[in-house]
Amino acid sequence: MGDFPQSLHHNLPGNFVTTSIDSLLNWGRASSLWYLMFGTACCAIELMQAGGPRTDLDRFGSVFRATPRQSDLLIVAGTISYKMAIRVKRLYEQMPEPKYVISMGSCSNCGGLFEPGYSVLKGIDKVIPVDIYVPGCPPRPEALAEALMTLQKKIKREKFLVKKTDAA
Amino acid sequence: MQPKEIYLQLVKAFPDSPITFKEAGEEIRPGVKTAGEPFVIIPKELVLKVLEMFRLLETFSFDSLMSLTAVDFKDRIEVVYHLFSYRRLHRLTLKVYLERKDPMEMPSVEGIWKTANWLEREVYDLFGISFTGHSNLKRIMLPDDWIGYPLRKDYKEQEQYQGMETTREFPLDT
Repeated sequence: MGDFPQSLHHNLPGNFVTTSIDSLLNWGRASSLWYLMFGTACCAIELMQAGGPRTDLDRFGSVFRATPRQSDLLIVAGTISYKMAIRVKRLYEQMPEPKYVISMGSCSNCGGLFEPGYSVLKGIDKVIPVDIYVPGCPPRPEALAEALMTLQKKIKREKFLVKKTDAA
Repeated sequence: MQPKEIYLQLVKAFPDSPITFKEAGEEIRPGVKTAGEPFVIIPKELVLKVLEMFRLLETFSFDSLMSLTAVDFKDRIEVVYHLFSYRRLHRLTLKVYLERKDPMEMPSVEGIWKTANWLEREVYDLFGISFTGHSNLKRIMLPDDWIGYPLRKDYKEQEQYQGMETTREFPLDT
């Protein structure tokens, strides 16, 4: 009941068995990305629509969870002010590894329309590391679905047992 | 009652104080005419007496303080009261001119209209005007450790707030 034996993590040569186990783990992670219900402003409406019947995020295995403890994806949707950014960081720290972040919309990419404002954080990547940026104001639900698919492709390239090489 | 009549009654009640009336379309600054409603300018010392009279007397009966804000011009900050009466169905705009020096203080009208509680907290938060006699004067919107009063014209943003940078460089600027 201790940690995963450190001698196995990122330490094995890439043969048939280890790469198969890696791709099984990656497939499991990518096909069940549960996202935290987090929406601040207008992009939250598009996030809700992306979970709706037409652009269904559920067919990717993605359901929303109300608590960060059970989610592995944080979709930051909406304008983030400095006051809120402290809470977003706290939510991000409460998510268990492996965790991913999608920044949805202009406001969380770079401050967006409200970038001159004194109380607006100019991009959520000043506080947490972001994997995928989705441009748009707001991005269409299909764009968010494409972002999810891109994130799935990114996850499937990850290595767990196999040694990390310099490329990819 | 029209604003002009209210102004005339005010002048009758306080004959030795400088109360002025600006008609719609009058010049308020060199080259600038007002476009909105006519308003009455009263000195700071009369604020509590005048507003109490407005609330309590039957002829005025201003039972609603619609709005309490401030405007920052280069040489002065104006505190603006918008009053409305549900009984008499008349309204009035009242302005108080304050000089721009630190610290700026105004008497609080929270005893007259309870809604002034939050309105004065907002003006304190964004302009830095303290209201004497307020029961809970602290920031209402911005975080409690924010430095500066954003809606003043000479506000400079801090470099960072609690470890977060406040600027982002535009990637197309080379």
